[in-house]
Amino acid sequence: MTKMKLALALLASAALPQAVLATDLEVTHWWTSGGEAAAVAEMARAFDASGDKWVDGAIAGSGGTARPIIISRILGGDPMGATQLNHGLQAQELIQAGLLQDLTEVAEAEGWKDIIKPISLLDACTFEGKIYCAPVNIHSWQWLWLSNAAFEKAGVAVPTTWDEFVAAGPALEAAGIIPLAMGQQPWQSSGAFSVMAVAIAGQDLWLTVHRDKDEAAAASPEFGKVFEAAVAARSMAAKSNVQDWNQATNLVISGAAGGQIMGDWAQGEFQLAGQVAGTDYTCLPGLGVNEVISTGGDAFYFPVNDDAEVTAAQKRLASLLVSKELQVAFNLKKGSLPIRGDVDLATANDCMKKGLEILAAGAILPSQDELLTPDAQGQIEDLMVEFWNSTTMSAADAHAKYVEIIASAE
Amino acid sequence: MAEMIAGPRGPKPRRAFSTPNIVLYGTLIVVAAYYALPLYVMIVTSLKTMPEIRLGNVFSPPVEITFEPWVKAWSSACTGINCDGLSRGFWNSVWILIPSVILSIAISSVNGYALANWKYRGSEFFFAVLMIGAFIPYQVMLYPIVLVLKNIGDFLSIFSLAMGMGKVQVYGTLSGLVIVHTIFGMPILTLLFRNYFSALPEELFKAARVDGAGFWGIFFKIMLPMALPIFVVAMILQVTGIWNDFLFGVIYTKPEIYPMTVQLNNIVNSVQGVKEYNVNMAATLLTGLVPLTIYFISGKLFVRGIAAGAVKG
Amino acid sequence: MADAGMTKPLTDRRAAVRPVRAWRNMNAKVASIPMVATVLVIFIGCSLWTVLYSFTDSKLLPRERFVGLEQYERLWGTDRWLVSIGNLAVFGVLSMVFSLVIGFTLAAMLDRKIRFENAFRTIFLYPFALSFIVTGLVWQWILNPTYGVQKVVRDLGWTSFSFDPLYTDSIVIYGILIAALWQGTGLVMCLMLAGIRGIDEDIWKASRVEGISVWKTYIVIIIPMIRPVIVTAVVIIAAGIVKVYDLVVAQTSGGPGNASQMPALYVMDKMFKDQNLAQGFAASTMMLVTVAIVLIPWAYLEFGGKRRG
Repeated sequence: MTKMKLALALLASAALPQAVLATDLEVTHWWTSGGEAAAVAEMARAFDASGDKWVDGAIAGSGGTARPIIISRILGGDPMGATQLNHGLQAQELIQAGLLQDLTEVAEAEGWKDIIKPISLLDACTFEGKIYCAPVNIHSWQWLWLSNAAFEKAGVAVPTTWDEFVAAGPALEAAGIIPLAMGQQPWQSSGAFSVMAVAIAGQDLWLTVHRDKDEAAAASPEFGKVFEAAVAARSMAAKSNVQDWNQATNLVISGAAGGQIMGDWAQGEFQLAGQVAGTDYTCLPGLGVNEVISTGGDAFYFPVNDDAEVTAAQKRLASLLVSKELQVAFNLKKGSLPIRGDVDLATANDCMKKGLEILAAGAILPSQDELLTPDAQGQIEDLMVEFWNSTTMSAADAHAKYVEIIASAE
Repeated sequence: MAEMIAGPRGPKPRRAFSTPNIVLYGTLIVVAAYYALPLYVMIVTSLKTMPEIRLGNVFSPPVEITFEPWVKAWSSACTGINCDGLSRGFWNSVWILIPSVILSIAISSVNGYALANWKYRGSEFFFAVLMIGAFIPYQVMLYPIVLVLKNIGDFLSIFSLAMGMGKVQVYGTLSGLVIVHTIFGMPILTLLFRNYFSALPEELFKAARVDGAGFWGIFFKIMLPMALPIFVVAMILQVTGIWNDFLFGVIYTKPEIYPMTVQLNNIVNSVQGVKEYNVNMAATLLTGLVPLTIYFISGKLFVRGIAAGAVKG
Repeated sequence: MADAGMTKPLTDRRAAVRPVRAWRNMNAKVASIPMVATVLVIFIGCSLWTVLYSFTDSKLLPRERFVGLEQYERLWGTDRWLVSIGNLAVFGVLSMVFSLVIGFTLAAMLDRKIRFENAFRTIFLYPFALSFIVTGLVWQWILNPTYGVQKVVRDLGWTSFSFDPLYTDSIVIYGILIAALWQGTGLVMCLMLAGIRGIDEDIWKASRVEGISVWKTYIVIIIPMIRPVIVTAVVIIAAGIVKVYDLVVAQTSGGPGNASQMPALYVMDKMFKDQNLAQGFAASTMMLVTVAIVLIPWAYLEFGGKRRG
């Protein structure tokens, strides 16, 4: 009997430290496409390997579907362990209400200030001098993805700029190819437009409009050109009737469409389909007009929790997310760029390397998420999804409404 | 409303093959075909392979029957990195259903009984507002209910923490959703029970009162045994209603306890690579199976239930 | 009104047996606590809360900074909301008319002492057992331009046939209407059939004696006689129309563009996605107003003359 007890006690004491360390952490995110799911699996594996347990809380759909669920759970007093959010203005009110964990301690211990590059990523996580999120990747919207096979079939050279792409439109169409693939979710409509705006109006004007909310600049004929270009792009996308972004990307992968304006997460899909950058598909950063990387991206936030063990696990996850190994593994799968300049991405493909070079050269631009409130973003999405799917809304109409939104944005 | 569908009445039937009869039956058969078509399409699509779907059309019967899509929909379709299919959603729905149906019927039957037999000051007023409440768009109340559930949780936590137990969580949990279903099922169920108890012979009640039976005594000994049919109707109404709910499931739960409808929408409307229409249709059918089974088994009782429940809108 | 039952005890059939002692009735009051709480906290409290906060500038979190009618001004100046309201009007009128017409026609046909009445009724009504999500997904599939109806007709030889409602903004609302009617007309039929069956047999005898044709009897005599049932059906359909949400989410998510947006989707998006609570509250308050516009005349018609109970 005593022996038994002793053995049990020994067993318990041996098991105890591990039991304390292993904490279940529910992580919510909206990474559900093939490439995204593969990337998130890397995170889960690394976290599980460190002794804790990643409880996956994937929410299908886009951020638009997932964010409400995430936020209402935090507000409703049922916080998850960690959650993906786009950094920017989305989380600000949650921070103000004291609902998100202060990570400054972890950030200082690990020297995030020195390793995270560009530093604007960390700034986006900073509120009143404290750090509230762990950035995990840089996602740039500024890409045009082209199917080499489609252009070959149409008998035209693969374009190197947006203008060449537009010029190739009729040839593509004659070959039975949809020139421009567009999904129909609102965020895609507004994202594609924003990329065109940066390329066509130029970075300075784009910043004046979106950062400074300058009504006159927004109403200027220079900015109006973007809408004219968008009308042309709209007719090129007229036959594209898919819903999700990855279905649109699939049109490009299969050669049914010539190209797609989409963020670098599209790359994960190309990769999953076994396509090789340069030979099967071509990528044009900044639509080939001005090469730039917009430094939006995903970040993880950690809702405040009164369980000390969970809080400790949250901090462990935060530091893990920024770590070199995970940055490499995750971003290779996701097709996004790492948040630190000191990792070796030798295995990265051509397109990622292009992105890294642009990043190193410092051609960076804040993302629209960082400049506009979700409310203003929502209004732009509503406008843009209507514009892209309408056959009658003119450039001037859309322009006038856009100016209104900018004028009323905070 | 109790005797919804009486036997056929009206004029006597004409000769079997008169022209009007042919037109009548012809129309009915065409319309019936239209109503039956979607169910047929769901079934055949779910039994085809993907190549066959791409070659054929939605109406053609399967050449080679496969049950693969059903297996996949049930046990391995993915949402995110969770690839355990709809089975999780099914069991979630079951766990949501059982307490919700029991609680809502228990509360509402007592409400109906009190309103019919034990009127008190203001009871008619509350009943009237309850009926109006059935017509308020849910969207008006969605957000404040989040706060109410959170506060219930915080309030209960005061006691549970004092007793050395953990914090009580209501919002985002099963119990929160059960409360919401109980609340929104209350108007129609209360109406149902109130009307039923009001229609019972008054002498029964009086006799029991003379014998000295009280509120609960009469309810359990006299009313309940007589109210069996209406309980069945209420159950059919609640089981279908709660099983089919999407809005509350989206707002008041979290991914692990998503009901089947929400998970279905997630599986179908989030694609990885190519859309698997056969799996989607198998999943859709699986989700519809429970209410359909109840419908086909319960027959006329279902008609009574929905006719009464229709007031819910 | 609140104490109608107390002040007019003689008109109350249970009045004679109401217990005298207060503690006995206490049980009924205690048993009613959940109902009273629901009425006060949820139906009255939460609705008023939403209306009140629609006058603030709450963003992600509710806050008491009142801005008057600003949210409503913005709401009625927003294209998407106007499109939603327009859609609701078109969808509402069409689904009301078709539901009533189809429902009544089917009911009249089933009323003709036909064979297999049960089988037909079972077929017409089964869609009602299915959720809007299931309904939306099935019809999304049937109306799929690549594999669905459009392809079937083209395969039959009519190669220029075009019917692609879910991806054509001008007709998408009809795609949703088809699904909604499929799901809901069975119920209307059932209600109407019950109404028709409730009519006195003598009416039929009289109309036969008068030599009025069967169809004319239905339209001229039966319809006015089942007015209460029709009114009930109208209210049920109307309440359902204002709430339409799941169906659109599953079938089109409001697309293409904003072409199939509905007020309920706007409310959800503004409240949760775009982090502008007050805007969502303002929109949901407008939904409440819409329902009131439908309900008040009905309540007046139904209960205007006589006392409730």
